[in-house]
Amino acid sequence: MRYLTDRKRAEGKGAAHSGTEQHWYMTASAVALAFLVPTFLIIFGRALGQPLEGVVATFSRPFPAILTALVVVVGMRHFAKGATMMIEDYARGTARKGLVIFVHSLSYAVIACALYALAKLTMIGFVFELMPH
Amino acid sequence: MAEVKRVERPLSPHLQIYRPQMTSVSSILTRITGNALIVGVILAVWWLLAAATSPAYFRVADAVATSWFGDLVFTGSLWAIWYHYLAGLRHLYFDAGKGLDIKTAEMLGWGCIIGSVVLTAITIILV
Repeated sequence: MRYLTDRKRAEGKGAAHSGTEQHWYMTASAVALAFLVPTFLIIFGRALGQPLEGVVATFSRPFPAILTALVVVVGMRHFAKGATMMIEDYARGTARKGLVIFVHSLSYAVIACALYALAKLTMIGFVFELMPH
Repeated sequence: MAEVKRVERPLSPHLQIYRPQMTSVSSILTRITGNALIVGVILAVWWLLAAATSPAYFRVADAVATSWFGDLVFTGSLWAIWYHYLAGLRHLYFDAGKGLDIKTAEMLGWGCIIGSVVLTAITIILV
């Protein structure tokens, strides 16, 4: 007869073999994104289709640049952990490990590209403003 | 000491013989839209990166982003965002232990589908 508490019996039996940190992260980042995304959609939608000058003018302003950075960073971490949940449901063993590593790498690569682009667009906008018109 | 016996238990019905229900379909759609959004994000970030690289590269990325293919990806992504948005809010409501009776859960599922189409249309008109 083994004396086990209900908690001990349940621990590690979930698909992720870990606790609820991931679920809580998804909840918290979902609330953050719920505030960020609607305004971002309008800013991005209005910039899309504009000539390069318009795109630089939009994303070199502080509010659109910071909002876009937040949406990409929080959104891509939300994606990496959400995609991990899906992978843990359908893949086993080495395939699971490989896929989880892939989505995390992809998510960080997208974050790096977006932050680099935003930083450079801000500098281009700054230089453009310094030039005599 | 209690003998541990293997009990013959009935298998739960597989997905293929399960009648699709609003609750399951709306949940699966949440997963599909959330994961599919990576396509629109990659296209958008590539377009932004091209704008920061050079005017020539921007012309290439902008031609793709504003082509029929770009329109298809961004319009689809817009609907996916709104669906995932509403379904996410529904999940927060479920997590609070509310709206779990079948009638309310099914109504919330329809709310996500109809609401996402309406919000997509409003966004396209506004932007």
